[in-house]
Amino acid sequence: MTSLFGARVPRKEDPQLVTGKGTYVDDFGPDALGVAFVRSTYAHAEVLDIDVGEALEVDGIVAVYTYEDLPERIGAALPVLVPHPGLTEPRTGYPLAKGIVRYSGEPIAMVVATDRYVAEDAAERISVSYQPLPPVVGLENAAAAERLVYPDVPGNLAAHMVQDVGHARQAIDAAPHRLQFRLAIERSAPVPLEGRGVYACWDARDGSMRVCSSTQLPVSLRNAIASRLDLPLKKVEVIAPDIGGGFGMKLNHPWPEEVLLPWAARLIGKPLKWVDDRREGFIASSSERAQIHDVDVGFDDQGHILGLSVRFLHESGAYTPYGIIVPIITMSQLPGPYRIPNYRVEFDCLYTNTVMVTPYRGAGRPQGAFAMERTIDRIAEFLGLDRAEVRAVNFVQPADMPYDTGLIFQDGRPAIYDSGDFPSSLKLVTEAIGWRDFPARKEQAAKEGRRLGIGIACYVEGTGVGPYEGGHVEIEPSGRVLVSTGLSAQGQGHQTMLAQIVADELDVPICDIEVTTGDTRRFGYAVGTFASRTAVMSGSAVALAARKVRAKALRIAGDALEADPRDLEIEAGVVRVKGSPEAFIPLKTVATLSNPLRYAFDEAAKAATQFTRPGSFDEPPVREGEEPGLEATDYYSPVRCTFANGIHAVVVETDTRTAEVRILNYAVSCDCGTMINPMIIEGQIHGGVAQGVAGALYERLAYDEDGQLQNASFMDFLMPYATEVPEHIEIRHLETPSPLNPLGVKGAGEAGVIPAVAAIAAAIEDAEGYRIDHMPVSPSELFHLRSSQEARQ
Amino acid sequence: MKPAPFSYHSPATVEETLAVLADLGADGKILAGGQSLIPILNMRLSSPPHLVDINRVGGLDTVTVDGVLRVGALARHAQVERDERVRRSCPLLSRALALVAHPAIRNRGTLCGALAHADPASELPGVLLLAGGSVEVARAGAPVREIPAADFFVGPLESDLDTGDLIVAARFPLLPPRTGTDFVEIARRHGDYALCGVGAMVAVDTDGLITSARTVYIGANPIALVLDLTEAVAGSRPESASYAAAGRLAHDAVDPDPDIHASAEYRRELAAVLTERGLAAAATRAAAAGTQVAALPPDGSAGEAV
Amino acid sequence: MNEERHEITLLVNGLPNTVVVPARRLLSDALRHDLGLTGTHVGCEHGVCGTCTVLFDGQPVRSCLMFAVTAAGHEITTVEGLTEPDGTLSPVQQSFIDCHALQCGFCTPGFLCTITAFLDEHPDPTDAEILAGVSGNLCRCTGYQNIRSAVRRAADLRSDRARRVTT
Repeated sequence: MTSLFGARVPRKEDPQLVTGKGTYVDDFGPDALGVAFVRSTYAHAEVLDIDVGEALEVDGIVAVYTYEDLPERIGAALPVLVPHPGLTEPRTGYPLAKGIVRYSGEPIAMVVATDRYVAEDAAERISVSYQPLPPVVGLENAAAAERLVYPDVPGNLAAHMVQDVGHARQAIDAAPHRLQFRLAIERSAPVPLEGRGVYACWDARDGSMRVCSSTQLPVSLRNAIASRLDLPLKKVEVIAPDIGGGFGMKLNHPWPEEVLLPWAARLIGKPLKWVDDRREGFIASSSERAQIHDVDVGFDDQGHILGLSVRFLHESGAYTPYGIIVPIITMSQLPGPYRIPNYRVEFDCLYTNTVMVTPYRGAGRPQGAFAMERTIDRIAEFLGLDRAEVRAVNFVQPADMPYDTGLIFQDGRPAIYDSGDFPSSLKLVTEAIGWRDFPARKEQAAKEGRRLGIGIACYVEGTGVGPYEGGHVEIEPSGRVLVSTGLSAQGQGHQTMLAQIVADELDVPICDIEVTTGDTRRFGYAVGTFASRTAVMSGSAVALAARKVRAKALRIAGDALEADPRDLEIEAGVVRVKGSPEAFIPLKTVATLSNPLRYAFDEAAKAATQFTRPGSFDEPPVREGEEPGLEATDYYSPVRCTFANGIHAVVVETDTRTAEVRILNYAVSCDCGTMINPMIIEGQIHGGVAQGVAGALYERLAYDEDGQLQNASFMDFLMPYATEVPEHIEIRHLETPSPLNPLGVKGAGEAGVIPAVAAIAAAIEDAEGYRIDHMPVSPSELFHLRSSQEARQ
Repeated sequence: MKPAPFSYHSPATVEETLAVLADLGADGKILAGGQSLIPILNMRLSSPPHLVDINRVGGLDTVTVDGVLRVGALARHAQVERDERVRRSCPLLSRALALVAHPAIRNRGTLCGALAHADPASELPGVLLLAGGSVEVARAGAPVREIPAADFFVGPLESDLDTGDLIVAARFPLLPPRTGTDFVEIARRHGDYALCGVGAMVAVDTDGLITSARTVYIGANPIALVLDLTEAVAGSRPESASYAAAGRLAHDAVDPDPDIHASAEYRRELAAVLTERGLAAAATRAAAAGTQVAALPPDGSAGEAV
Repeated sequence: MNEERHEITLLVNGLPNTVVVPARRLLSDALRHDLGLTGTHVGCEHGVCGTCTVLFDGQPVRSCLMFAVTAAGHEITTVEGLTEPDGTLSPVQQSFIDCHALQCGFCTPGFLCTITAFLDEHPDPTDAEILAGVSGNLCRCTGYQNIRSAVRRAADLRSDRARRVTT
């Protein structure tokens, strides 16, 4: 059987999805009561009074709850999910606002009614009186701290952290050349097409709670709900159904809705369902990206970076449930593929009266890449050197692996690059984009009155972060191979990818394999889907579990065939003796035999009954240390994460009159280690590039000075259509397997987005000839930058 | 985002519709294509107590070309866009329709609904103004009256319609001989409301020299603005006319509001650029139309070179 | 105050369905909740994302921008109606699988309906026509590259099948 590992296998998920049989959270519970929320219309205010009188008269109303109605355990502040010693002033919100609101959109009251329409009618009739407080909006205002989000958090400073490798200050001072500059990236949002949603159903008879939530972490959510509702873990089931995209927005938990709906479902005794509408998606979920960087770099005549000092401000929003993971990722991933012997990085994580910040695909890396790559570009420009060559000169070399950056990564462990061949990645992408020939192309275009520019940007991405993931593999007597893992999928093709791994490990047809992800009934120990970790973590765990199953199968088959397991092979689900085609036993029969039976409940089961199955009557039917059944669970828990990498290059044209930016060419080189399904990986890259382009040219959250989001809809938050993304993305793969996991994989989920903003900014700067250090940039903004530039000349 | 409750009326004839509208007064809102109205209702930006669904009213979806292009109230954008007679008789309209939102929106949106909505960023009011068209308005107990475009658009999202009025048709003059048109716009994304859109109409004489150049601006002014830019280009050949001068006139004449997508000055610059592009294209087409020796179709339309 | 309800018949995927709904029930919600056809998804409820696109008398429309009461009596096709009665996937559905043109699948039904109608009108589309044809629907996962390929492939599959039927 040809190996499926590395094959472009069509997805197992697809037949259901293309026929409209996918089940997303809003597809559950047709009889569930509908839920709507009253949300703050002020970014910062005291809630003086909530008058629900009129709402209670709406025909179809079931209940209205405010903070006062919540029992202590339910109404308590939401958890700090990732505590960290550097997070000196953590703050989280309450499921329903407790007397004060800190962002426009914060939930104040929950309305339960016969359906969502009626719930909104009632919500509209609830009148909230506020005493407005001065809101803190924007990073610079937060840093200036003339106003405070929290009276007891001076300077709006949630956290301050420094990492220091070598002696950056001295190295910079001693360097032949030095540059200092500021860069900024604005706030943007993940915006999966399906928003958040929760369905909760309480079974009073057996005291169990079933929750469907569009979540990237069903197991952790289960744990949180069980804790909140004071239920045993096994009495809470959380199922992540089909999920319409996550991109990090569905990582925070428990959201207020994830606490309130289960609680209210139990109280009312009926299933409840809430799904966010698009406006709620913008004002009441999470977003990311806003940072301001001050860079100070010292370098020599060849462009070697001798010392780098970066100080940045990170916007946190009003709460820090996800801790300081994002700025830690920025700080520790900023050096990218470069050897930076003296690096000092410092950040201030600041509160503002806006929605909370949790990871958005890339999770702080796009900002770090922006800082690093623009630095390299400036060095090259200063020295009159080729930008690709200055990169090459600073690269960590393949021979340096494993390379210890000296930094601590987001998992608290040392950031040690395990693999990578950055010079080869660079060669692939520069060839793909036509880097060498570009100056001539640019010149020719200039003769035609056109402005072209080229940009390039590299990144390194720590993927496969722990603590662990698990996998369970079982071969049923029916021949079905059941696979499960605890994290959930949001479109990445996990089912297909894991099935490919198992098909390979067990030599079974992929159509016999069924994969379940994100269901605590099937697998109860898991972390979640983020940091491009699924292939590394669940993939490895499932592979290890499958190997255990294979070993056991061969042992049992060996007994049955009276052969040494080492003389056995498996092909298309059948175990056979090598070189003896007549000596074989199907895996399904092995599965039957693995469970010694007294009762043959069907024809096939007869083979395992006590008078029929092979084996000696001097031995116990289930041997010491063994278990019935052909199944195994295993876990993968690495000592540290692996590091994928890649490089993007882009050619843009800027319109000389309208300053519109058109992408002419886009090339990506991607090293995600061993590729399990290149088709899926390319899809991830396509999608990531689209978000990267969006982040460079179209998408930003536009808050006004009162902290109101001015573009809380698809009309004004400019998610790209097909016409706004590059016409073609040239992808070159490089596989430098990771030595850290059994499969050599490194993760590809964020590969498409991380360096895109940096590369596009560089290309626009190359086309226009002046600084582009603030992203995203719209044609109107570019027009004004250009006009000021021309006025100066 | 669900709309608030409303009482629903679904009249079958124009008479019935007018009677219901008269009855309801300010409490009644007409539902035609719904592509602008329903988002507003879904977001509860407006909650009219009564909706009068005219989608079942007979006889309102006809399009005729008979000395004038007459587009009935229920004619959908897509239907008019595909109509060959419209392409021949009022190509400005066909060009503009292709730029309205996306095909799925055009399948339901109605021309007359867009005119009633009077969005300053909408192409249709711009076309009506530049073409010098009018709307036919009916109301209970009164004869149908015709309101010229210049009097119809009163302010941003504000038309001259009174409570109880129903637009039954829009009228567009046919393209005169030796005239060319264009409609160009620049938006942030494909199908978005334009940051600035320009309709252009240029006429040439029998020698091929420009005799008239008029434009209309959407998205860059509180209501769509028509400019007569003839002075900048009169007497020139289409290939050598001073479109840049015309563009500068436009730059100074439009009065755009800034928003999160574009500054006012940028929109002025777009007005200038699109004026140049639109006039040049329209002038070229005018010259080509002038050199065509073709029998006029019986409906009186002049035809235009593509 | 009890909200007035209307008894209407919706012709969906070839079958009449009588439901009783308030006038304000959006067609998207009527399909999903009153008829249980959850294949049509809701992404924005203001007409921009196209996720809710269904075919209305054969033409793509945003079902979130239509009331069920307006839709009564018209022929509606949802994603569930694109599959052949014997379960064979339509060329558009099959090509989406072949070209990996879906990831999370949330926008997919809207695209499938849109493209089905598009190919009826443009059976042999140019690349520019394909781009225009798919640029009214948002997708967050795929970046659109494979969706465009899928339209090309679907056009090919359709003409293959048409040839096989006629020969």
